[in-house]
Amino acid sequence: MRVEQIAVFLENKSGRLAEITSILAENNINIRALSVADTADFGILRLIVDKVDEAEKALKGKGFTVGKTTVIAVEVPDRTGGLAAVLDCIQKIGLNVEYMYAFVNKTGENAVLIFRFDDMTRAIDSLQEHGFTILESSQVYNL
Amino acid sequence: MWDTNEQMAADDLARLQLDRLQTMVGRVATHVPFYRNKFKEDKFDVASLAALDDIRRLPFTSKQDLRNNYPYGMFAVPLRDVVRIHSSSGTTGMATVVGYTQNDIDTWSNLIARILTAAGVSTHDVIQIAFGYGLFTGGFGLHYGAEKLGASVIPISSGNTRRQIQIMQDFKTTALVCTPSYALKIADVMMDQGINPNGLSLKFGLFGAEPWSEKMRQEISERLGILATDNYGLSEVMGPGVAGECQHCNGLHVNEDHFFMEILDPATLEPVDPGQVGELVITTLTKEAFPVVRYRTRDLTRLLPEPCPCGRTFRRIERITGRTDDMLIIKGVNVFPTQIESILFDIEGTQPHYNLIIEREHNEDKVTVLIEVVESIFFDEMKKQRTMVDHIKKRLASELGVGVHVKLVEERSLERFNGKGARVIDKREL
Ligand SMILES: [Zn+2]
Repeated sequence: MRVEQIAVFLENKSGRLAEITSILAENNINIRALSVADTADFGILRLIVDKVDEAEKALKGKGFTVGKTTVIAVEVPDRTGGLAAVLDCIQKIGLNVEYMYAFVNKTGENAVLIFRFDDMTRAIDSLQEHGFTILESSQVYNL
Repeated sequence: MWDTNEQMAADDLARLQLDRLQTMVGRVATHVPFYRNKFKEDKFDVASLAALDDIRRLPFTSKQDLRNNYPYGMFAVPLRDVVRIHSSSGTTGMATVVGYTQNDIDTWSNLIARILTAAGVSTHDVIQIAFGYGLFTGGFGLHYGAEKLGASVIPISSGNTRRQIQIMQDFKTTALVCTPSYALKIADVMMDQGINPNGLSLKFGLFGAEPWSEKMRQEISERLGILATDNYGLSEVMGPGVAGECQHCNGLHVNEDHFFMEILDPATLEPVDPGQVGELVITTLTKEAFPVVRYRTRDLTRLLPEPCPCGRTFRRIERITGRTDDMLIIKGVNVFPTQIESILFDIEGTQPHYNLIIEREHNEDKVTVLIEVVESIFFDEMKKQRTMVDHIKKRLASELGVGVHVKLVEERSLERFNGKGARVIDKREL
């Protein structure tokens, strides 16, 4: 149920993001989803890739600071109200979202929402109870 | 405990110190022209020395003063009474020469026996002294003290690491004396040779003669499986044996019955508040051949005022945290880069890489600490990451006494410096 995500520290210098994507490409690692959170001073890049350990090793080898965390991926139909339904439910249950980002899968039928909650176990249980589809990690890596 | 003085009550110690100080000052006024002239210049009357606090009216002695009186100018006895001569290396200029009477050697041996005992060594131990024997005070200082204690001494001196290890195995060495960096070298060579330190008889390691860190202590203790203690001394004052740690490894007990210590602000030369970092200034109380008055060691430390569970009443100082030469004055506050280093080490759990940038904006000093981010301080959540930056900022500000800006930078993005004054970029144009 849990998907591994890697986070990379970025100083806000131009070209660093491109550098990271090319390191991953050189190592035949595919990026499934990506988000950047930044402040005036620094940024945190979050990545979901098909080969987590290889990606971590490759980036560390090039001197990047890399952290690994788990997130969950919720699949919703890519139509009006899909996202709203999930967020609505989360609010009602009273789950704390640390961050989230979204992407659309290749077929374009479904959107995948990546969530980090403060209480991951409770989040998984309650979202499933409410009938939402939580993807297995293998499904996400191979999207 | 080696002797009863180590448990002296504070009053008794103060009386003894004053008594010894008066005698010593009287002797240098008579026998050392350098001090006689200084006292005259300062209009200091030896008879007016009535309380320990009066020491603050005495002049300081610097390394340069000793150099200016090379070789024998600072001796307080004729050479016929001197039984030993040592010299400090002249790496930063001319060497200095120090002498010892037989009484001085006896005192020195006793003080070394004290610190060995405090560190756990006893008459049953086999002690390998891997300090250089020669003009350097380390080898002979430890040697005579270990004999006095009654331990079995292996005077192997420094160098030839494989042979050190061979002897350690064959002679069943239980205590090792050397510099902390050499202890790590020994551990490295053992690893290369496939020797398991747990198969040796080693129990204790007494380290000194160079600055080291708590992290190095942990590493030495773990890799060699020993209790690693710190000891301190400098040849201008005596050599090793000025201060040493007991088995609680919580700072060095100063042998206050023989050395009067002051911890002063290196800029104003006024005493710092108890517990604050300052320059260690030492006055010898019993040295006959080479007494020094308020010798400026340039070593930075702070007093650890809490009593030690071991029962020794001599006050403790923290391991030497740096040199006064590295001190910066920011917004009128003395800041030592080593303080920053130890705070960051504490937070990160690893050797920090940082730069300290000082600028002057609108006539005010602005300090920015650039810190290379490592995994232990990096988070995927922005909220936690910001909290960490704030936490670092607050700790630095509260312990340094000046507000700082903190900026995280990528790993390996800061230039690596070696040596003194490292990692400080002072852009102020004064
Ligand atoms: Zn103690």
